Amino acid sequence: MSSTIAIIIIGVAVLFIIGIKLLASPKTARLGNLVAAAGMLVALLTLHQPAGEYVWSQGWPLNYTLIAIGTLIGLVIGAIGAYSVKMTAMPQMVALFNGLGGGAAALVASLEFIKPDRDITTFIAVTMLFATLIGSLSFSGSIIAYLKLEGKFEKPMTFPGQNILNGLILLVILGLGVYLTGWGANTTAFIVMFLLALFFGIAMVMPIGGADMPVVISLLNSFTGLAVAADGFAINNLAMVVAGTLVGSSGTLLTLLMCKAMNRPVTNVLFGAFGSSGSGGGKAGASDLGGKTVKPIQADEAALLLGYAQQVVIVPGYGMAVAQAQHQVRELSDELGKRGVEVRFAIHPVAGRMPGHMNVLLAEANVPYDQLCEMEAINPTMDRVDVCLVIGANDVVNPAAREDKSSPIYGMPIIEADRAKTVIVMKRSMAAGFAGIENLLFYKDNTRMLFGDAKASLQTLIAQLKAS
Amino acid sequence: MDTNVLFIFILSIFIGFEVISKVPSMLHTPLMSGTNAIHGIIFLGGILVLADAATPLARTLGFVAVIFGSANVFGGFMVTDRMLQMFKKKKK
Repeated sequence: MSSTIAIIIIGVAVLFIIGIKLLASPKTARLGNLVAAAGMLVALLTLHQPAGEYVWSQGWPLNYTLIAIGTLIGLVIGAIGAYSVKMTAMPQMVALFNGLGGGAAALVASLEFIKPDRDITTFIAVTMLFATLIGSLSFSGSIIAYLKLEGKFEKPMTFPGQNILNGLILLVILGLGVYLTGWGANTTAFIVMFLLALFFGIAMVMPIGGADMPVVISLLNSFTGLAVAADGFAINNLAMVVAGTLVGSSGTLLTLLMCKAMNRPVTNVLFGAFGSSGSGGGKAGASDLGGKTVKPIQADEAALLLGYAQQVVIVPGYGMAVAQAQHQVRELSDELGKRGVEVRFAIHPVAGRMPGHMNVLLAEANVPYDQLCEMEAINPTMDRVDVCLVIGANDVVNPAAREDKSSPIYGMPIIEADRAKTVIVMKRSMAAGFAGIENLLFYKDNTRMLFGDAKASLQTLIAQLKAS
Repeated sequence: MDTNVLFIFILSIFIGFEVISKVPSMLHTPLMSGTNAIHGIIFLGGILVLADAATPLARTLGFVAVIFGSANVFGGFMVTDRMLQMFKKKKK
């Protein structure tokens, strides 16, 4: 590698690092994304073959026409996906792009591995097999995550001995990997390993419920990063090693942060099949309620409570995303603001289907981000809040996390909505949340239930406030 | 094996942990999407293998890899930008 290329790659790595760093603050996040994109552009324009020759100065053989066509097709797919996707469907889109990246990583490694005239060390063979395995697993796993978020087979799919079967498949894959490393390129064994890895991705994600998909996507995102890094080793491209590793490690940390917010170890998310154990705990919790009933409230009364409050906290959840109600939420907040009510939004780290999902939706509806508060900031002030309006959130405000030791979510940090003077819960029906647990908040003395579609209820509230 | 690459790999792990340890949870979705775009650098890997492809099979698979990688990298950056342009401070 010539020193010029080395210096360019250092520059690319620095751009990626600064880009991720700038993504850490709302003020600079957009710039951060552009800085990372600039790094990518530099890497693309200065692309060199492993042997050292510059890629874009070798005439224009057939392969280059294919590269141009493929790039264009990908660009069109990417642009259509990026600009047509609704903000509520953002998690699906990230899952899909991640899957494509994983698929590409697997294909690149495979092509290198089955090359007839290769002469590679054991270490390089291992990196190729690793990238093939992790990349294809990430591809099929992301597709399943995408489908689950689209509402297809959302429920965890489990059967007895599932973890054992998955373990066996993994053992066979690893065995094939060892065989392929030691005994060279056996194409049949390689294809079998490839297919098994694809299947393993499906088998890994199928038993996980829709509510846990954020963790899964984050994990698969870091997997793809690692596969790309391994590809970088295999084809001796330093920029790929750095970029892939950065994504791999930051993605792993993000996954752990998410699990921490849910107070569950990552192993429990992946192998716990939350849905089944959760419903059992829910039944036990329900009997403790001792015949307590919920107290409904009508929209006009709710509007009165909100209009004469001094401090209102709004807790949005996935229900708001489903009802596409973020614009109405902003309108309500503006209307209350005009009347001198102080409105803040309390965002639970795992509200919605992705961390920060609610922030994106509310930002789309032009809610200024300084009105969005994190859980840790809002909880100490909850006693002074007059009305806490819960819109389509469930598990993240469930006091069972504090009070009911038998509850599967016991110990999870929650937004302590029940400590507000009055809680208004907007909900379609009395169905349980994704964890399948009865919500103790609904039965509290200071809680009123406003039943109906969130969007319609909000519109009524806004109209009532405007009229009064 | 070139140990320098391994050295860079290890350091990158630590940098990756370090740069995101202080990200507020409100930016987790754009961060996930942004890092997703960065691993789109596999697009370059796709270009390298397709440029080098000698058989119809290699051409086909390389072609698919370029499409996937291109969608990952372009779509990833565009979708992240679209999300982030909506984060605005209150107009005073």
